[in-house]
Amino acid sequence: MKSLILTTAALALTAGMGLADTVRLGTEGAYPPYNFLNDNGEVDGFERELGDELCKRAELTCEWVTNDWDSIIPNLVSGNYDAIIAGMSITEEREEVVDFTQGYTPPSPSAYAALSADVDLTGGVIAAQTATIQANHVVDTGATLVEYPTPDETLAAVRAGEADAVIADKDYLEPEVEASDLIFVGDDVPLGGGIGMAFRESDDEMRAKFDAAITSMKEDGSLNTLIEKWEVGGTW
Amino acid sequence: MRSAIFSFCSDPATLETFQWMSCYLTTGKHMAFYVSFGTVLLLLAFAAPSALLFGFGGAMAARARFLPLNWLGRGYIAIVRGVPDIAFFLFFVIALDQGLEYLRHKVKCPDWDQPIRQGNDFIVCDIAKLPLGNSAQWIHETYGFALAVVTFAIVFGAFAANVLYGAMQAVPHAQIETAEAYGLTPRQTFWRILVPQMWTYALPGLSNLWMVLIKATPLLFLLGVEDIVYWAKELGGSKTANFTAYPHPDWRTQYFLALLVFYLAFTKVSEVVLNRITTRLSHGQATLAGEAQRKTT
Repeated sequence: MKSLILTTAALALTAGMGLADTVRLGTEGAYPPYNFLNDNGEVDGFERELGDELCKRAELTCEWVTNDWDSIIPNLVSGNYDAIIAGMSITEEREEVVDFTQGYTPPSPSAYAALSADVDLTGGVIAAQTATIQANHVVDTGATLVEYPTPDETLAAVRAGEADAVIADKDYLEPEVEASDLIFVGDDVPLGGGIGMAFRESDDEMRAKFDAAITSMKEDGSLNTLIEKWEVGGTW
Repeated sequence: MRSAIFSFCSDPATLETFQWMSCYLTTGKHMAFYVSFGTVLLLLAFAAPSALLFGFGGAMAARARFLPLNWLGRGYIAIVRGVPDIAFFLFFVIALDQGLEYLRHKVKCPDWDQPIRQGNDFIVCDIAKLPLGNSAQWIHETYGFALAVVTFAIVFGAFAANVLYGAMQAVPHAQIETAEAYGLTPRQTFWRILVPQMWTYALPGLSNLWMVLIKATPLLFLLGVEDIVYWAKELGGSKTANFTAYPHPDWRTQYFLALLVFYLAFTKVSEVVLNRITTRLSHGQATLAGEAQRKTT
């Protein structure tokens, strides 16, 4: 019994030492090109490559976890993973609950897409993903907002005629518009303050490490290379 | 494409429909989908017996003469049955997880001087985390799965408790009186007379619960366990050529039809099995079904 306790204690100690090095990154896995599941079922996309590179520079071991968008902030706060890297725009509302790094993409425009050019963007029915800056914007314009839990369902709603148009990040809509009968309508809307990684407010030390890694990637141009490769909007 | 099973899958864009399909349906993502059927069956295999155990305990407690135990049993049945499943799944699991972490924190890190609740954050020392932050992904997944089993057991246990409580009350009083007249102790009466006879009354209610449980597994995703409905939604969503070798339009209807077939087949099999058990349990019982069996043989 005594030796059992000792082994457990030893295990707990060694575990404690290894801990600081593993960071669990939470993402949605349903928002190409930022993050999506590839054919093998692994997390892939701009943020996968970016996250892996940031972890290498910060000398951390990272692991990827997918989580529903709806509960992505509550699960960060309650400690199921350590950071969110999921195409999340930096907004004041979210800053009250979590802390962001500096943006790793410049503020990028949102856009409307619809099946025909003559839809009414301020009086019609507009689809957006729940709890996004785009959903807030629709409410501000006075149009009727219909919310969906995943980005894919917002597109399906327009195709099925449930909504007149969809609003989302332009980088997300672009490949979809190219590949289908959807077209862009209206002007682009600049929303949000760029996309950043989110951390618990008590995790300043880890956030500083990732912040430094982002800075170094901005300085040596590797971040711009990644942005261009995945076509996620403007470069720095 | 790394793990493609068929050699011709290296360039899907050039393939004929049949070959394309055989490649498409064997991608790593689809394998995960097939595995999730196993996850659901495994969950049922664990959750159903544990729920029955909770139910039995609850029913026994609710019949107890010792008042606090009686209140506990009745309280459990009343509260859990009254709370909506979704609320219970969101609230209870987080509370259970944080409760366990809090206890471990108190034991493992007695010298910790910071508050555990800091604004929105729930912070315990690293070695008190459950599972440990550096554990492999499968440990996190198993832990989530175990939480799911416990939650299902508690929720469905409350319903089962009420069913079993009713079944115990339904056993003819003459049976109990006879047992007492033969000098059996209350314990013997309970285990040898009451319990063997109550199942025939409990089975219709329990089989209802089982059917509902089969269809309740999509609640799993609330706990981060990727079940068949999650994968059907993810795989069925439209895919553009930029991000996959297998672009396709919105196929969710087809995927959900496949799930429909699965659920129907599974409930049908359950029905057949449950009917057999009913026949067997009615044997020799002082009920209409038991009497009918006696006359035919």
